[in-house]
Amino acid sequence: MPIDETDARLLAAIADGLPLTPRPYAAVGERLRLSESRVLSRLRRLISDQVIVRFGVIVRHRELGYKANAMVAWNVPDDRVAGLGRKIASHPFVTLCYERRRCPPDWPYNIYCMIHGTEEQAVLEQIDALSGDEGLSDLDRVTLFSRHRFKQRGARYALETKPLKGAA
Amino acid sequence: MDPTAIEYRLLNDYQRDFPLEPRPYARIAADLGIDEDEVLACLAGLREAGAVSRVGAVIRPGTVGASTLAAIRVPDHRLEEVAAQVNAFPEVNHNYERDHAINLWFVITAPDGDRLAQVLREIENKVELQVIDLPLVTAFHIDLGFELKCR
Repeated sequence: MPIDETDARLLAAIADGLPLTPRPYAAVGERLRLSESRVLSRLRRLISDQVIVRFGVIVRHRELGYKANAMVAWNVPDDRVAGLGRKIASHPFVTLCYERRRCPPDWPYNIYCMIHGTEEQAVLEQIDALSGDEGLSDLDRVTLFSRHRFKQRGARYALETKPLKGAA
Repeated sequence: MDPTAIEYRLLNDYQRDFPLEPRPYARIAADLGIDEDEVLACLAGLREAGAVSRVGAVIRPGTVGASTLAAIRVPDHRLEEVAAQVNAFPEVNHNYERDHAINLWFVITAPDGDRLAQVLREIENKVELQVIDLPLVTAFHIDLGFELKCR
């Protein structure tokens, strides 16, 4: 599902959020010289093609009291990655679950999940339950709680960074 | 509806499937039985307070541009300084301290893999520390929103 230049410009234009004005899609369109209906039809297509996996209000967990934010990583043998990844992901309290490339020797871990909770102790108990249930208990694991947040905002994939290409 | 109830509905019910029609806030207002102005004011207030990052899109990893999770083992006395240097890159969108010897964790997104590799090198040169690059292989669970406990 390739995206074209206009899609990329559209995604860049909404990276900081839809304007909080009565006709936000028209306002975005004006910046891109696209009609409101084109903006809407492109967004609908990006959603149906699953380039956009969700479109809506993006909350900041910490400000809502979810301060216990754990990243858990396991070193899972390659032949068990698919099965265990799907199992970890199936828990309702798991907000993200990814396989990432290992970076040995510093970082041998390859399966990650994120859990957001209000209390660190409760999150630790969820992690223990998860590890026991899924037969992950014999695998090397680390739990990293977030401490200070230095930055959180939407990703900028496109265009606005393009002029930098080749610079620096 | 009292203000906290409106805030809760806006925070919880519109994380997905935001109305794709010319006046989305008016649609939400009609759902909630309030005025469009109230929806706009409430969202602006939530953004001001930091509870809402934005009304926007979460992109499937790997479909647009290139991204990675990166980490640095930063000596404690340099943490603030290195975090600020990393933050200065517009390609960095999340950046957290975590409780591990490898203590600075951030996400980099770029238009393409070449630029991503270049940003990784530039950060290494700038902070004079090794950057651990942990690119995505498979997504088992992507960000589909976050169910808030009713308060």
